[in-house]
Amino acid sequence: MNKATNKGWDPTIADLDGFREAQKLAYRCAEAIADELTPGMTEREAAALMQRWLTANGANDCFHQPFAWFGDRTAFRGFIGFRHFGGFNPAFYPGSRKLEENMPYILDCAPTLNGYTADIGYSGCIGENRILDKLMDDLLEYRLLILDQVRQRKQLSEISQAVDRLCARHGYEPRHKAYPFQVLAHRVEKLEADEKKHRSVLNFGVRNIGKLVSDVAKGRREGWSPLWSSGHASDHAPTPGLWAVEPHLGFRGVGAKWEELLVVTEEDAFWLDDDVPQVRRWASRGLEPLAKAA
Amino acid sequence: MSTQIKAQAEPQTLRVRSGDVELAVKVYGDTKQPAKQPVIVLVHGYPDSNHVWNKVVGPLSARYRVVAYDVRGAGESTVPAHTAAYELEHLVADLAAVVDAVSPEQPIHLVAHDWGSIQSWEAVSTERLKGRIASYTSISGPSLDHAGYWVMQRLRSAAPGDIAKVANQLMHSWYIGAFHLPLAAPLAWKLGLDQLWPKLLERFEGIRAESTPTQTSDGRHGVNLYRANVAKRLLSPRERRTSVPVQLVVPTRDRFVSLELLDGLDQWVDQMWRRDVAAGHWLQLSHPELVVRYVSEFVDFIEGGEEPASLHRARVRSGRKPGNDKYAGKLAIVTGGGSGIGRETLLALAEQGAEVVAADIDLAAAQRSAELAELLGATAHARKVDVGDAKAMESFAAWVAKELGAPDIVVNNAGIGMAGNFLDTSTADWEKILHVNLWGVIHGSRLFGKQMVAAGKSGHIVNVASALAFAPSRMLAAYATSKAAVAMLSDCLRAELADQGIRVISVCPGVIDTPITGNTRFVGVSEEEQTRRRDGAKKLYQRRNLKPQAVSAAILKAIDNNRQEVLVGSEAHGARLLSRLSPALSRRLARMELSF
Repeated sequence: MNKATNKGWDPTIADLDGFREAQKLAYRCAEAIADELTPGMTEREAAALMQRWLTANGANDCFHQPFAWFGDRTAFRGFIGFRHFGGFNPAFYPGSRKLEENMPYILDCAPTLNGYTADIGYSGCIGENRILDKLMDDLLEYRLLILDQVRQRKQLSEISQAVDRLCARHGYEPRHKAYPFQVLAHRVEKLEADEKKHRSVLNFGVRNIGKLVSDVAKGRREGWSPLWSSGHASDHAPTPGLWAVEPHLGFRGVGAKWEELLVVTEEDAFWLDDDVPQVRRWASRGLEPLAKAA
Repeated sequence: MSTQIKAQAEPQTLRVRSGDVELAVKVYGDTKQPAKQPVIVLVHGYPDSNHVWNKVVGPLSARYRVVAYDVRGAGESTVPAHTAAYELEHLVADLAAVVDAVSPEQPIHLVAHDWGSIQSWEAVSTERLKGRIASYTSISGPSLDHAGYWVMQRLRSAAPGDIAKVANQLMHSWYIGAFHLPLAAPLAWKLGLDQLWPKLLERFEGIRAESTPTQTSDGRHGVNLYRANVAKRLLSPRERRTSVPVQLVVPTRDRFVSLELLDGLDQWVDQMWRRDVAAGHWLQLSHPELVVRYVSEFVDFIEGGEEPASLHRARVRSGRKPGNDKYAGKLAIVTGGGSGIGRETLLALAEQGAEVVAADIDLAAAQRSAELAELLGATAHARKVDVGDAKAMESFAAWVAKELGAPDIVVNNAGIGMAGNFLDTSTADWEKILHVNLWGVIHGSRLFGKQMVAAGKSGHIVNVASALAFAPSRMLAAYATSKAAVAMLSDCLRAELADQGIRVISVCPGVIDTPITGNTRFVGVSEEEQTRRRDGAKKLYQRRNLKPQAVSAAILKAIDNNRQEVLVGSEAHGARLLSRLSPALSRRLARMELSF
């Protein structure tokens, strides 16, 4: 039922349900593991817990295996903040940093369920962290800004630059710039649904990365890029399809992000699911512009 | 004023008995309604008498009952013959007798200097006057017992740094050893030191003081204070704790008491405030108005009034995260604090404990900076100010003085960019850039410099210039000129304020990626070309990738190390070197047309 277009595809209702299920699974995983985190646990242990949970709950492939960052690594401070090897920094991988009370953490997982891939980010801490609270509150503005500008069909590079400016106004560092290729977002595509367990290389799912690479090739021919950043490669209108958007803010030694799938159609755009932890958190804190987000 | 002068002119004099000595006591202020006013008791040091308070009793007695007395052995009070009669317990008994006489019910506020302060420490930390002292302002006189512990703790640690601190204090205390020599000190006073004393004070302390009639006797007999107490207390100190609120007023250029002696004092005192003044030992003579202000603020607060911001900042808080309070108790003002270098500097100061004020033409941006500073645990304020507008800056400075007190650190950072040929730069362009870049620094340095001098703050004025201050370029005539002016202003001001202990730092950053590039005006080109060049410049600055954080870190380092000038970025160092080694080449390079 996929409608092929020159720039991508308009997903069917059934497809969107599939992606939504995958995203729900990913967030459930993050919330479940967040509940299990205790001081003293390492990033590697947290990431392994997530991987085990996802496998046990039906995920058989991934865009990337779960990441976990603790403490100032959430803000990509230190080695992790450098860009090496063409934007690929091994310091990204979960390390031996131990979780402490009041320390921020980020859990990031991207499971594939029945051929549908999600990619989510989840921030929190055990205890209290005022800076983290503020970052997470302010992340609401980014969700509003991005959707608003995509709906205006602004160029993706322009939107990413608007995000950069919002960061500057807020006094935050746009830490997604430390991601490979400095992406604010990247495409995810539908895969073949099957029961097999699929391979990852260097923690990245082979099938999903394969799709991304073919998107890159296709995008080159057609004048768009599946890697959404502030650079010239993203000087194009929003391309229909699913985008995993991941604004990541840093202030001093604290970082926070969310990551959600944005559905872009030929004419419109919307967040795949509004029932996600960060939206529930903003609502519970009575943050003002949330009404506009609906 | 008339009441002050009258009050000062006609003190009531009393003779108060304490054991077998009689103390000469002067009471200033409205004696008809004594119950209504707080009572302040002033205790002088060595080799002084109650006259040492002459400059402060007037203003203080306008609002308080003020009591000044001659301690035993000084002024008009009895001079006991035996050294043992000068032991601290007798001095405390004297104070108690005075307090009983002048304020039998209401607890008094104690203000003491030098030996007066030493004996008052004993008074606030022993039983005799328990409940009778509401507050204690100590000027330049530590508790001998605290000092004894201080020396022991440092000698025991055996760390070279600690031993050096003890050695430093011993050097400050050379005269104490001399006082223990038989005959020497009394003989010196007899042989004319009394006549010489005012001259010595003027020569070494910069104070004008009249010789008092009892100077010779005060000098001779007061030596007994040292002989009776110093060795005994230093060698076997006793624990001296107090729950009386203590305000330390610390002259930072004291020749007789080293500042390190006050380290760790909070272990003995429940509630403590500390105010540093860049002045010598006799603060009540050199800065009487400051002493009056500090005492009044403290007394009013203890009497149930509000805690003014400057007093609040002076509170010594133990238990802050160690290493994170380098600027605790300091007030920092940053112009252009809403973005770029200004915001980063503001946050870096806030992170280290300073109270900060973000001043910016963009109020929302300033408020955001203040909000971030608060997240870092600081007290922060935001004000909208056009730094080049004299009236606006005056009212801003007046607001700071009234609400927060004089600043310790002023960062004149606000600036705008401008590029293009000189001949294309209009009068309006010039006025616009000089308004912010030069006048802003002039107003900030002038208004806050005055406040700092008046408050005896040995603080810092940080003026943000640019590497272009010494790197001419045909492309940046207006900007480079404005920054060169800032650098020269800073050099002149540094010389002027050196005597006051206020340091002036010029900061010369190279190519820093800040929002200024996005707002730089390119003169003599079309709007479209301007946008293109702005983007070009922005890209160049981004590629250089030198962040405002680099500048803020350099500024803090300069403050800590008392540097006069900081260069940020290799291009700044290169340009500086070139301007010195080969000015001709520097001028030749200025002809290069850079295209963005």
